[in-house]
Amino acid sequence: MSTQTIDLTLKVWRQHKNNPRGSLETYPAKGISTDMSFLEMLDVVNEQLTAEGIEPIAFDHDCREGICGMCGAVVNGRAHGHMPETTLCQLHMRHFKNGDTIVIEPWRARAFPVIKDLVVDRNALDKIIQAGGYISINAGGPQDGNAIPVPRDNAEKAFNAAACIGCGACVAACPNASAMLFAGAKISHLALLPQGRPEAKKRALSMVRAMDTLGFGNCSNEAECEAECPKGISIREIARMNREFIKAALS
Amino acid sequence: MTLESKIPAGPLQDKWDRHRFELKLVNPANKKKFNIIVVGTGLAGASAAATLAELGYNVKNFCIQDSPRRAHSIAAQGGINAAKNYANDGDSIWRLFYDTVKGGDFRAREANVYRLAQLSVNIIDQCVAQGVPFAREYGGLLDNRSFGGAQVSRTFYAKGQTGQQLLLGAYSSLMRQVNAGKVEILPRREMLDVVLVDGKARGIVVRNLVTGELESHSAHAVVLATGGYGNAYFLSTNAMSSNVTAAYRCYKKGAHFANPCFTQIHPTCIPVHGTYQSKLTLMSESLRNDGRVWVPKEPGDNRPPGQIPESERDYYLERKYPSFGNLVPRDVASRNAKEQCDMGKGVGETGLAVYLDFADAIARDGRDVIAGKYGNLFEMYEKITGEDPYQTPMKIYPAVHYTMGGLWVDYNLMTTIDGLFALGEANFSDHGANRLGASALMQGLADGYFIIPYTIGGYLAGTKLPEVDASAPEFAESRSQIQSQVDKLLSVSGKRTVADFHRTLGNILWDYCGIAKEEESLKKAKQMIAELRAEFWENVTVPGDAADFNQALENAGRVADFMEFGELMVTDALERKESCGCHFNTAYQTEDHEALRDDDNYCHVSVWQYTGADSDPVLHTEPLEFENVELTQRSYK
Repeated sequence: MSTQTIDLTLKVWRQHKNNPRGSLETYPAKGISTDMSFLEMLDVVNEQLTAEGIEPIAFDHDCREGICGMCGAVVNGRAHGHMPETTLCQLHMRHFKNGDTIVIEPWRARAFPVIKDLVVDRNALDKIIQAGGYISINAGGPQDGNAIPVPRDNAEKAFNAAACIGCGACVAACPNASAMLFAGAKISHLALLPQGRPEAKKRALSMVRAMDTLGFGNCSNEAECEAECPKGISIREIARMNREFIKAALS
Repeated sequence: MTLESKIPAGPLQDKWDRHRFELKLVNPANKKKFNIIVVGTGLAGASAAATLAELGYNVKNFCIQDSPRRAHSIAAQGGINAAKNYANDGDSIWRLFYDTVKGGDFRAREANVYRLAQLSVNIIDQCVAQGVPFAREYGGLLDNRSFGGAQVSRTFYAKGQTGQQLLLGAYSSLMRQVNAGKVEILPRREMLDVVLVDGKARGIVVRNLVTGELESHSAHAVVLATGGYGNAYFLSTNAMSSNVTAAYRCYKKGAHFANPCFTQIHPTCIPVHGTYQSKLTLMSESLRNDGRVWVPKEPGDNRPPGQIPESERDYYLERKYPSFGNLVPRDVASRNAKEQCDMGKGVGETGLAVYLDFADAIARDGRDVIAGKYGNLFEMYEKITGEDPYQTPMKIYPAVHYTMGGLWVDYNLMTTIDGLFALGEANFSDHGANRLGASALMQGLADGYFIIPYTIGGYLAGTKLPEVDASAPEFAESRSQIQSQVDKLLSVSGKRTVADFHRTLGNILWDYCGIAKEEESLKKAKQMIAELRAEFWENVTVPGDAADFNQALENAGRVADFMEFGELMVTDALERKESCGCHFNTAYQTEDHEALRDDDNYCHVSVWQYTGADSDPVLHTEPLEFENVELTQRSYK
């Protein structure tokens, strides 16, 4: 590994109660090691801002290993930046060049109001799951785990859909701010398993209804969501959701 | 005082059954009269909140993140153990119990561990029914793999994302109860105090992290599932928001803290690469099945690995432990890596790394086979380091990963405060001095799905609990204490940032209270932490306002607690004059440099009672009695 340092110019969205409309502010980021993650670069800038008496940039983050789904920002117009299947915390600075200007903005969607700077409220995603993204069983005495064989192929497809981390990049990337990839992933995950079939119809209808009422847009097959999904969730999940929805709506 | 562990009498196998029968029950119609607070939404918290709501209790569930789905259980990679014996390879509840007690170097309670092994089988059934997409064989049945410290295949998994899938299973049950109106989720809240009324836990005070408001919430019982304290070391595999504050504030209110020095340091993590680094990333220990660990024979040899001939490499684990080789337990592997680096044989820019080399495995099995087993881990490694492990050996180094210590709880998972329960990594109960791989997920879910729903009923049915609401003066008093600490943090206006203090604290703990400990250096660390703590309150700078979304302020409170808690960790390490599991004091080792226990004097849980800011904590001990297993010395030669 050859460690280098680069100098960057950041244009960062700042918005809070004293600046309710929000604006892009420019900050230098000098001497950034190319081994840093994007969030570590922001840490360094924040330490510098604090030393200068400027309030640090607020941004959401937690596990910093690409699995919790807490982080995310639009970097130079791309959700989670330009590297494929990479969350913002796993985007490393070696993918930027000395002298680059980086524009950093929050997820933008009607259903995701900005709380402060790059932090948005994604509570609407939990509400979609509350509408039916589960199998209705209580803890207690289910049958033996091996009593329900699941074809390996279906188990893998279900896993691939269930790999969604709920970060909201799909919504941010979509020109309609649609949550179809997010909802499609959950509906597919459960519809592909025998345990999930009894409630499949009810689930598809109520989760789609929840999406509509929460202010998410509709899908117009742009496939931007698939391109930006850090977990590589396929738009086939949307097609599967549509099939589940139509089956349910027609019966 | 005496610590009553409340372990039921009778044969080991019958204890839990008997206890469940003896516990008082809350009538189904009366459950809705009880309000329960659950803090945390990881595997333990989410499973507890969902299950208690299913039973009919009213639950308020708090989390620090923006959604309950983000708790750090989500990052667990490898798997979850269960004594299903699907592999027909000789596994049993008894064997899982024995492996766990031995793996913990005989510093856990027999009765708790046995119960855990019993419940492990129910967990798998529960998770399958929820739709957790476990790995399966072609016949459609569940697949297993093996893990460290066991000779059977009992680990269930979902690729390298088992924690994520189990947590999303618990989260889905939780969301179902939210929809049913039985759980209220309060996200972006940080618990800052437990409130006692008439000596019983009757609520909590939280800071709303969006508005900065201090909120009071009352209940009939409080369940803490707030995880571990590995971030005391600044760098660890924990998430950034993982902290000790909730548990520590309970400690200050009278919940005693058990074995705070028991910290697991995981051998295979991506090494530190710069002072700006914010966290460490684990590489699953399954890599040691095929990777060979080595360093150059000559100290200071900084040739690239490909130019160091075979004869000038030291495969030190294979040399020292011919029968276990690269698969020695976590604590042994970590200590040896440190020892090599201390001799100047470490590799990489910092000299604090050893090689984990797959060249032989790739030559033997082919690249495709290795990619099939570890492809996602190799990709993750390349993403972070920019190096391709198919071409050049990985560089790895140990990192803080899990804390076995935690709030002391009895068999009912109740702390020394009546009505305050602690689950999952937040308690101390099941892993002794060293946790085996794939056992953390098992414990979190056993506590949440299958233990607390019974034991909390026993408490509620057997205790007089007059109505208390958030207007009680105890809440106002607690809020005013918290407010004055917040005001103080904001008013210091010094020169050093919170992160800077945290990094210094982490370095002290890592250097003096880490992989290997010594009495003199522990004493030095205690002094250094006390000085750092004094400087913190005079020289920290915390920007922004109290009544706002203010991440620097959140961190300041956590680091302030980590500093006090760090002293407790060191105090505990000093007191335990033996080595056991992950606690390794160089004065107590066998000729083979293994941990040397002192069962005559230290076969106990060290339980600390808070006595005030300026006085030393008081030590109590809970003797550990082993009636079913024989205490042996571990050897991996």
